Amino acid sequence: MEDKKITSALGSGGKSTNDFVKDIICKYFGNSILENLGDAAYLDINGELSFSTDSFVVEPEFFPGGDIGKLAVYGTCNDLSVSGAKPKFLSFSLIVPEGYKFSDTEKIVASAGAAAEEAGVQIVCGDTKVISASGLKSPLVNTAGIGVLKKKLNDYGKIKTGDKIILTSDIARHGMCIISKREGLNIDSEIESDCADLNPLFEVSGYKGIKFARDATRGGVAAVLNEISDKTGLGFLVDEDEIPMREDVKYLCEFLGFDPLSVANEGAALLIVESALSSKILDKIKSVKVGADAALIGEVCSENKVMLKTPIGGIRNVEMPVGELLPRIC
Amino acid sequence: MKLITDFRNSEISRRLIKKIEEESSSESGYTIMEVCGTHTVSIFKYGIRSVLPENVSLISGPGCPVCVTSQGEIDAIFQIVKNNNVSLLTFGDLMKVPGSSGENLINLRSEGKDIRVMLSPLDAVKTAAREPDREFVFVGIGFETTAPAIASAVLEAKNMGLNNFSILPYCKTMPEVLGYLLDDPKLDINGFLCPGHVSVVTGKNIYQPLAQKGKAAVITGFEPLDILSSILQIIRQVNSGDYCVYNNYSRVVSDNGNRKAVQIMDTVFEPCSAVWRGLGELEDSGLGLKEEFSLFNSLEKFNVRVPQVSEKKGCRCGDVLKGHIKPNLCPLFSLQCNPENPVGPCMVSSEGACSAYYKFN
Ligand code: SF4
Ligand code: SF4
Repeated sequence: MEDKKITSALGSGGKSTNDFVKDIICKYFGNSILENLGDAAYLDINGELSFSTDSFVVEPEFFPGGDIGKLAVYGTCNDLSVSGAKPKFLSFSLIVPEGYKFSDTEKIVASAGAAAEEAGVQIVCGDTKVISASGLKSPLVNTAGIGVLKKKLNDYGKIKTGDKIILTSDIARHGMCIISKREGLNIDSEIESDCADLNPLFEVSGYKGIKFARDATRGGVAAVLNEISDKTGLGFLVDEDEIPMREDVKYLCEFLGFDPLSVANEGAALLIVESALSSKILDKIKSVKVGADAALIGEVCSENKVMLKTPIGGIRNVEMPVGELLPRIC
Repeated sequence: MKLITDFRNSEISRRLIKKIEEESSSESGYTIMEVCGTHTVSIFKYGIRSVLPENVSLISGPGCPVCVTSQGEIDAIFQIVKNNNVSLLTFGDLMKVPGSSGENLINLRSEGKDIRVMLSPLDAVKTAAREPDREFVFVGIGFETTAPAIASAVLEAKNMGLNNFSILPYCKTMPEVLGYLLDDPKLDINGFLCPGHVSVVTGKNIYQPLAQKGKAAVITGFEPLDILSSILQIIRQVNSGDYCVYNNYSRVVSDNGNRKAVQIMDTVFEPCSAVWRGLGELEDSGLGLKEEFSLFNSLEKFNVRVPQVSEKKGCRCGDVLKGHIKPNLCPLFSLQCNPENPVGPCMVSSEGACSAYYKFN
């Protein structure tokens, strides 16, 4: 296919919009609800619902292990999953800068479609806008999602001293993948983003014994633990030796002076679970692909701070990360 | 990679900690300064203070190049970026360091200035070569560790005949500041953990004056076992009264340093006096560009002078850098000055003592 560029006509609502929706959107997201192409989607859902939305801005928009389309689908699905809902329906809105490659736009939509299919959700409505290219190099995506609630996993009140913490994946891969691909850094690395659907973890666990869950996205594990500690007045003691991390990721973090606990993930969640059931839950989680590297990393304690036991047996604080991560000087 | 894990072995560290406990018998205790910012960070990161006996105390020294960059030098960066149509290339640490007016480079970038984070000076030259129509200024901050790479960037730019690239020559050198610390009557230190990275370039001779003045000097790597075993070495020197420069990082540092790196540095730079944040002006402690490289000096190219400005009122960065006080005794610490809203660079730099204190303590 010749390499067309996105023009403002695409967002005009006329023939171009129509063609784009039919040729691209319906091709990759196709399902009977969407194909109705009404002003709104008609949904049929039973039970209590959970509803979430997020906007995605990532540079570069294509990275090893994923792209902004896949990220936008999984991102919202994961927000639903960790709240204890099974994701069902998503909306997908695309904002593209004028002049952006048509083929890349299609790639993003295709990848979002594939991700939705894998996650078992339907993309049922959406929107496309084209804006003038000034300042924006690549597309932005907003997704909103509805899921059917299985068990509320957002109740801080359930967390008690002695509960165990399960980390469902190795950490810091997404953040380090993106940073290593940033212009200006030119780091030669093969680190792939961990961008993945977290729902299988919850399905396989049957929710039994899981008291609380949160995905460790921006701000990483450090942010999640500090947030919970802040809300509950309790704290955490985490064993650094137990935290799963890939060697190349660890090395790059050290090289750049980042604390891997503060680096973003897209396929890792923290679960707070009943102590007595923790190893059972862990075993189940390890049986699915996204949970293969899961580990028990520590427990809830009464002292109101997040503490890390280091490999040499020292104890240190883990702070809430602030601002943008910046590589150090040498 | 194996190298890293070996130096974090928990069994060996337990044994070392036990030895430190057994041998730290002096009643007057042991005060040890880690000169280097990366040591400060490692010490916090591994919770090393929490495993040491009470009479062994570690204090942080002036060892991060961002921390010791004077307010005037920082303000000059802002002047150049604001008044000229240039792209600024800098190491990441500097992005949050505030100018006298309170703004930082992140603010300037959001106002549309082209400011890019570099990982190495050579990347900066490549960037300038790739975009010949833009003018680039690289902030050359560093100690002996980074200075050779900055020098080779300048050499490279000269060889390539680049005329759109220049640097702010803000490098500083270790020996003079160590001498300054030794002359400080208020400083009561038994031994120094000497910066491993700096020593790779300089070798061990620059620390001889420390030993001569009755201080233990141990060149130390950055892994927990490096640090623990160096602390033990210092305790032994103090106990025996037999002071020397000990190279405890010989897997990386050769006693004579890296001649080639020193040579490149000497080709491009010459000693000049420099103002250190909180410490003031120290003779011959900076590296200025030699005459034949003046075309690559941003200060000359844009006709900017480093202004003489004092640090913000209340800020005690100087006392922190000299090891007189621990960061939490600065009246601004964690109140007006925190990583989100830093007053001094010690709170900004990932290697700064105040930031490490805030983050890990
Ligand atoms: S610049 Fe190098 S020597 Fe200086 S504090 Fe950082 S790592 Fe240590
Ligand atoms: S707390 Fe802030 S103002 Fe005080 S010494 Fe540290 S950096 Fe300077």
